[in-house]
Amino acid sequence: MRRWFFAGALLVVVAYLIGAAVWLHPFGIPSSSEMDDYFIANAQKEVAANNVVTSIVFDYRGFDTLGEATVLLAAVVGVALVLRRAVR
Amino acid sequence: MSVVVRTIARIVLPVGLAFGAYVIMHGHLTPGGGFQGGAVVASLVALIVVTFGAERLVRAKTWFSVVEDLGALAFVALAFLGIGVTFFRNVLANSGGLFGASVPLGPNPGILNSAGTLPLMNWAVGFKVIAGLGAVVLLLALFGKGGEGEDG
Repeated sequence: MRRWFFAGALLVVVAYLIGAAVWLHPFGIPSSSEMDDYFIANAQKEVAANNVVTSIVFDYRGFDTLGEATVLLAAVVGVALVLRRAVR
Repeated sequence: MSVVVRTIARIVLPVGLAFGAYVIMHGHLTPGGGFQGGAVVASLVALIVVTFGAERLVRAKTWFSVVEDLGALAFVALAFLGIGVTFFRNVLANSGGLFGASVPLGPNPGILNSAGTLPLMNWAVGFKVIAGLGAVVLLLALFGKGGEGEDG
Protein backbone atom coordinates (compact mmCIF):
# COMPACT_ATOMS: atom_id res chain seq x y z
CA MET A 1 0.00 0.00 0.00
CA ARG A 2 2.75 2.49 0.99
CA ARG A 3 4.75 1.43 -2.04
CA TRP A 4 1.87 2.25 -4.41
CA PHE A 5 1.35 5.55 -2.66
CA PHE A 6 4.98 6.59 -3.15
CA ALA A 7 4.99 5.33 -6.75
CA GLY A 8 1.96 7.53 -7.47
CA ALA A 9 3.62 10.50 -5.80
CA LEU A 10 6.76 9.93 -7.87
CA LEU A 11 4.67 9.77 -11.05
CA VAL A 12 2.97 13.07 -10.20
CA VAL A 13 6.31 14.80 -9.50
CA VAL A 14 7.89 13.43 -12.68
CA ALA A 15 4.88 14.48 -14.78
CA TYR A 16 5.04 17.94 -13.20
CA LEU A 17 8.75 18.32 -13.97
CA ILE A 18 8.34 17.09 -17.57
CA GLY A 19 5.42 19.47 -18.07
CA ALA A 20 7.48 22.34 -16.64
CA ALA A 21 10.31 21.50 -19.04
CA VAL A 22 7.99 21.25 -22.05
CA TRP A 23 6.03 24.45 -21.37
CA LEU A 24 9.08 26.41 -20.21
CA HIS A 25 9.12 30.08 -21.10
CA PRO A 26 11.43 30.47 -24.12
CA PHE A 27 14.94 31.69 -23.34
CA GLY A 28 16.03 35.13 -24.48
CA ILE A 29 12.48 36.43 -24.92
CA PRO A 30 11.51 38.10 -21.62
CA SER A 31 7.81 38.81 -21.24
CA SER A 32 8.61 42.37 -20.12
CA SER A 33 11.94 44.08 -20.75
CA GLU A 34 11.34 47.73 -19.84
CA MET A 35 13.76 47.63 -16.89
CA ASP A 36 16.46 45.81 -18.88
CA ASP A 37 16.25 48.27 -21.74
CA TYR A 38 16.39 51.21 -19.34
CA PHE A 39 19.47 49.88 -17.55
CA ILE A 40 21.30 49.06 -20.79
CA ALA A 41 20.48 52.43 -22.33
CA ASN A 42 21.13 54.69 -19.32
CA ALA A 43 23.57 52.94 -16.95
CA GLN A 44 26.67 54.28 -18.67
CA LYS A 45 25.33 57.83 -18.64
CA GLU A 46 23.85 57.89 -15.13
CA VAL A 47 26.33 55.83 -13.12
CA ALA A 48 29.38 56.33 -15.40
CA ALA A 49 30.35 52.68 -14.99
CA ASN A 50 31.08 50.40 -17.91
CA ASN A 51 29.97 47.30 -15.99
CA VAL A 52 26.19 47.52 -16.05
CA VAL A 53 25.86 44.58 -13.68
CA THR A 54 27.90 46.36 -11.00
CA SER A 55 25.97 49.58 -11.54
CA ILE A 56 22.73 47.67 -10.93
CA VAL A 57 24.09 45.78 -7.93
CA PHE A 58 25.64 48.77 -6.17
CA ASP A 59 23.52 51.67 -7.41
CA TYR A 60 20.06 50.90 -8.75
CA ARG A 61 19.47 48.01 -6.36
CA GLY A 62 21.76 48.95 -3.50
CA PHE A 63 19.26 47.74 -0.92
CA ASP A 64 19.56 44.24 -2.34
CA THR A 65 23.33 44.36 -1.86
CA LEU A 66 22.89 45.70 1.65
CA GLY A 67 20.75 42.66 2.43
CA GLU A 68 23.32 40.39 0.84
CA ALA A 69 26.09 41.90 2.98
CA THR A 70 23.87 41.53 6.04
CA VAL A 71 23.37 37.84 5.26
CA LEU A 72 27.15 37.38 5.13
CA LEU A 73 27.57 39.26 8.41
CA ALA A 74 24.88 37.10 10.02
CA ALA A 75 26.57 33.93 8.76
CA VAL A 76 29.94 34.98 10.18
CA VAL A 77 28.38 36.01 13.48
CA GLY A 78 26.56 32.67 13.62
CA VAL A 79 29.76 30.68 13.05
CA ALA A 80 31.66 32.76 15.61
CA LEU A 81 28.81 32.31 18.10
CA VAL A 82 28.57 28.54 17.68
CA LEU A 83 32.34 28.01 17.88
CA ARG A 84 33.17 30.59 20.55
CA ARG A 85 33.73 28.02 23.33
CA ALA A 86 35.50 25.48 21.12
CA VAL A 87 37.99 27.95 19.69
CA ARG A 88 38.39 30.26 22.72
CA MET B 1 52.14 19.97 4.41
CA SER B 2 55.17 18.88 2.41
CA VAL B 3 57.87 21.23 1.16
CA VAL B 4 56.49 21.01 -2.39
CA VAL B 5 53.09 22.30 -1.33
CA ARG B 6 54.67 25.05 0.79
CA THR B 7 56.89 26.22 -2.07
CA ILE B 8 54.01 26.31 -4.56
CA ALA B 9 51.84 28.12 -2.02
CA ARG B 10 54.53 30.80 -1.59
CA ILE B 11 54.44 31.34 -5.36
CA VAL B 12 50.65 31.31 -5.62
CA LEU B 13 49.96 33.63 -2.67
CA PRO B 14 51.25 36.95 -4.12
CA VAL B 15 49.80 36.19 -7.55
CA GLY B 16 46.40 35.37 -6.08
CA LEU B 17 46.52 38.46 -3.89
CA ALA B 18 47.23 40.63 -6.92
CA PHE B 19 44.44 38.95 -8.88
CA GLY B 20 41.95 39.44 -6.04
CA ALA B 21 42.92 43.10 -5.71
CA TYR B 22 42.51 43.49 -9.48
CA VAL B 23 39.05 41.91 -9.46
CA ILE B 24 37.94 44.18 -6.60
CA MET B 25 39.52 47.35 -8.03
CA HIS B 26 38.11 46.87 -11.54
CA GLY B 27 34.66 45.83 -10.39
CA HIS B 28 33.04 48.76 -12.20
CA LEU B 29 34.84 48.03 -15.49
CA THR B 30 35.14 44.27 -15.89
CA PRO B 31 33.17 41.27 -14.65
CA GLY B 32 33.73 40.82 -10.95
CA GLY B 33 33.50 43.10 -7.96
CA GLY B 34 33.78 43.15 -4.23
CA PHE B 35 32.13 39.81 -3.53
CA GLN B 36 34.03 37.90 -6.20
CA GLY B 37 37.43 39.42 -5.47
CA GLY B 38 36.88 38.99 -1.75
CA ALA B 39 36.13 35.32 -2.32
CA VAL B 40 39.36 35.00 -4.33
CA VAL B 41 41.42 36.47 -1.49
CA ALA B 42 39.51 34.47 1.13
CA SER B 43 40.45 31.28 -0.74
CA LEU B 44 44.08 32.32 -0.12
CA VAL B 45 43.30 32.30 3.60
CA ALA B 46 42.08 28.74 3.14
CA LEU B 47 45.33 27.98 1.28
CA ILE B 48 47.39 29.34 4.19
CA VAL B 49 45.31 27.33 6.67
CA VAL B 50 45.76 24.12 4.68
CA THR B 51 49.45 24.66 3.94
CA PHE B 52 50.94 26.30 7.01
CA GLY B 53 48.36 25.36 9.64
CA ALA B 54 45.64 27.39 11.29
CA GLU B 55 47.78 28.10 14.37
CA ARG B 56 49.76 30.62 12.32
CA LEU B 57 46.62 32.75 11.97
CA VAL B 58 45.21 32.56 15.49
CA ARG B 59 45.98 36.22 16.13
CA ALA B 60 44.35 37.25 12.84
CA LYS B 61 40.91 36.36 14.24
CA THR B 62 40.54 39.72 15.97
CA TRP B 63 41.70 41.60 12.88
CA PHE B 64 39.24 39.70 10.72
CA SER B 65 36.30 40.69 12.90
CA VAL B 66 37.46 44.32 13.08
CA VAL B 67 37.92 44.56 9.30
CA GLU B 68 34.56 42.88 8.69
CA ASP B 69 32.76 45.42 10.87
CA LEU B 70 34.67 48.32 9.35
CA GLY B 71 33.77 47.12 5.85
CA ALA B 72 30.08 46.90 6.71
CA LEU B 73 30.17 50.36 8.32
CA ALA B 74 32.00 51.85 5.32
CA PHE B 75 29.41 50.35 2.97
CA VAL B 76 26.49 51.82 4.91
CA ALA B 77 28.33 55.15 5.29
CA LEU B 78 28.86 55.33 1.52
CA ALA B 79 25.19 54.59 1.03
CA PHE B 80 24.35 57.40 3.45
CA LEU B 81 26.48 59.83 1.39
CA GLY B 82 23.54 60.31 -0.92
CA ILE B 83 20.89 60.66 1.77
CA GLY B 84 20.28 64.23 0.54
CA VAL B 85 18.42 62.72 -2.43
CA THR B 86 17.84 59.08 -1.60
CA PHE B 87 19.60 56.27 0.22
CA PHE B 88 22.25 54.77 -2.11
CA ARG B 89 22.23 57.87 -4.36
CA ASN B 90 25.51 57.86 -6.31
CA VAL B 91 26.58 61.45 -5.55
CA LEU B 92 30.17 61.08 -6.81
CA ALA B 93 29.29 59.86 -10.29
CA ASN B 94 29.84 62.42 -13.07
CA SER B 95 30.89 65.01 -10.47
CA GLY B 96 34.38 65.51 -11.89
CA GLY B 97 36.17 64.83 -8.60
CA LEU B 98 37.20 61.55 -7.02
CA PHE B 99 35.94 58.70 -9.25
CA GLY B 100 33.84 61.35 -10.98
CA ALA B 101 34.90 61.04 -14.62
CA SER B 102 32.22 60.48 -17.22
CA VAL B 103 32.60 57.57 -19.61
CA PRO B 104 31.86 57.78 -23.34
CA LEU B 105 28.73 55.92 -24.36
CA GLY B 106 28.99 52.68 -26.25
CA PRO B 107 31.73 50.06 -26.12
CA ASN B 108 35.02 51.44 -24.76
CA PRO B 109 37.87 50.18 -22.59
CA GLY B 110 36.63 52.13 -19.58
CA ILE B 111 38.12 54.69 -17.20
CA LEU B 112 39.33 53.53 -13.78
CA ASN B 113 38.57 56.94 -12.24
CA SER B 114 34.83 56.72 -12.94
CA ALA B 115 31.59 55.35 -11.50
CA GLY B 116 31.42 57.46 -8.32
CA THR B 117 30.86 55.49 -5.14
CA LEU B 118 30.91 52.11 -6.90
CA PRO B 119 34.68 51.46 -6.58
CA LEU B 120 34.65 52.59 -2.95
CA MET B 121 31.69 50.30 -2.21
CA ASN B 122 33.51 47.50 -4.02
CA TRP B 123 36.50 47.98 -1.73
CA ALA B 124 34.29 48.08 1.36
CA VAL B 125 32.42 44.92 0.35
CA GLY B 126 35.69 43.30 -0.76
CA PHE B 127 37.35 43.79 2.62
CA LYS B 128 34.15 42.66 4.30
CA VAL B 129 34.04 39.43 2.28
CA ILE B 130 37.79 38.79 2.75
CA ALA B 131 37.46 39.17 6.51
CA GLY B 132 34.11 37.38 6.76
CA LEU B 133 34.93 34.29 4.71
CA GLY B 134 38.47 34.25 6.10
CA ALA B 135 37.11 34.29 9.64
CA VAL B 136 34.68 31.45 8.86
CA VAL B 137 37.43 29.32 7.29
CA LEU B 138 39.81 30.07 10.15
CA LEU B 139 37.25 29.36 12.89
CA LEU B 140 36.21 26.07 11.32
CA ALA B 141 39.86 25.05 10.87
CA LEU B 142 40.66 25.93 14.49
CA PHE B 143 37.55 24.02 15.59
CA GLY B 144 38.74 20.87 13.83
CA LYS B 145 42.24 21.36 15.22
CA GLY B 146 44.45 18.35 15.78
CA GLY B 147 45.14 17.14 12.26
CA GLU B 148 46.55 20.07 10.37
CA GLY B 149 49.76 21.96 10.91
CA GLU B 150 52.24 19.11 11.26
CA ASP B 151 54.31 17.83 8.36
CA GLY B 152 53.07 14.75 6.57
